[in-house]
Amino acid sequence: MPEDTPQKANEAKKGFVRRFLDLPPDSVPKTVFVAVSLCLVASMIVSAAAVSLRPLQEVNRLKDKQVNILQVAGRYEPGIDVTEAFATFEPHVLELATGEFTDQFDPATFDDLAAASDPATSIALEDDPASIGRQSKFVTVYLLRKDDGSLDKVILPLHGYGLWSTLYGFISLEANGNDIYGLQFYQHAETPGLGAEVDNPRWKALWQGKKLRDDSGELLITVAKTAPPQGPEYHIDALAGATLTSVGVDNLVRFWMGEAGYAPFLENLQAGEI
Amino acid sequence: MAQTKRKMLVDPLVDNNPITLQVLGICSALAVTSSLQVAFVMSIAVTLVTGFSSMFISMLRNHIPGSIRIIVQMVIIASLVIIVDQLLKAYAFEISKTLSVFVGLIITNCIVMGRAEAFAMKNPPLASFIDGVGNGLGYGLILMLVGFIRELFGAGSLFGLTIFETVNNGGWYIPNGMLLLPPSAFFIIGLLIWAFRTWKPEQVEDAEYKIQAVESH
Repeated sequence: MPEDTPQKANEAKKGFVRRFLDLPPDSVPKTVFVAVSLCLVASMIVSAAAVSLRPLQEVNRLKDKQVNILQVAGRYEPGIDVTEAFATFEPHVLELATGEFTDQFDPATFDDLAAASDPATSIALEDDPASIGRQSKFVTVYLLRKDDGSLDKVILPLHGYGLWSTLYGFISLEANGNDIYGLQFYQHAETPGLGAEVDNPRWKALWQGKKLRDDSGELLITVAKTAPPQGPEYHIDALAGATLTSVGVDNLVRFWMGEAGYAPFLENLQAGEI
Repeated sequence: MAQTKRKMLVDPLVDNNPITLQVLGICSALAVTSSLQVAFVMSIAVTLVTGFSSMFISMLRNHIPGSIRIIVQMVIIASLVIIVDQLLKAYAFEISKTLSVFVGLIITNCIVMGRAEAFAMKNPPLASFIDGVGNGLGYGLILMLVGFIRELFGAGSLFGLTIFETVNNGGWYIPNGMLLLPPSAFFIIGLLIWAFRTWKPEQVEDAEYKIQAVESH
């Protein structure tokens, strides 16, 4: 039929995309075309956003961690230059079992959380009061020195399960390895107003000056409603209305300060070997 | 036309509010209203996502096959939500930490899907965009009202600034802890719906059935 010829020629002139766009929306080729092209475009936009914003996000995450380390060491004030203030801290990768620093990893790039899930650098816990599953054999700790070079504080990371979430934080100890200077969590998802009061400055201030162990070396520090018989210097008042979060904090602090945690390191510290 | 566009923007604030009239988006309204700052950021995020997703869906509306239209809408909404989430992580890290999972859950917010399906599939892009923004603002308005009540009486502060000094911080105000828990948002939204419908009786739905009067013997 001669009438068809110009139309057919027209059809051929149209591009590949155009031909699909002209199909009725409910036809099968059009459905497949829309689905595929939409997914392609959307994935390109999403990955472009993710990749281009990643450096900024990394900087934020790092800065947030540094701010927390500064805060737990009592060196943070709003408006200070975080990077500069943080440069005074000495990072070291610590082998937990021996309590000694190791040169196997570079502290600048060592990732504690990744190490905790890597079978080569972590152990599955049998006795796991902090409910963390796997524990890394190596952790990054920070030393803060006084102007004369003597040790001022050590900052140790710790984490464990509360009520809803794993709490990640830092504890800072005085140079004697027994007196607590501060405790701070930088990441958790406890109930606002109840468990999230672990962030309350008044509650955090309770930790200052408490002692981990008595003279015989027994670990006595506890977060509880009532003070233990050994005395108030080992006791932090539990949070009202947040029993399970308090129990979680108690467990995780006692776990990390105990034999499976930093006890070997703290002994070395007290023996003056660090 | 200008009048109708204005109406599209203003209508969802009170007269056709997505939360109090359409009763959509309740789930996220419970989760993000315990503090005003979070509620505010969430309002902005939802407004942006609803506006732009409605616009893009409307631009494609003549090509979206009916059989996969919901999935197509979801892909567009999800992509926008991921971009908002990434932007927050890059430029508002503190807030993104508190919002965390809720930004991702904008995808499942019924308001976004509702506007896409009910409005954007049948209307031109600009009108859809305005409708989306209007509904996002309507959602935001309720979020801010609920957040105001919850934060003020639950934590004694507004936008993190102390209004009532709480007992925990050495003041006099004993905060109402229940207001910080999700169920309180149900109560507040319920009371708001009551207030709105008393103010505008035309919002009251007709009863689905009528109890028959018993004939006296």
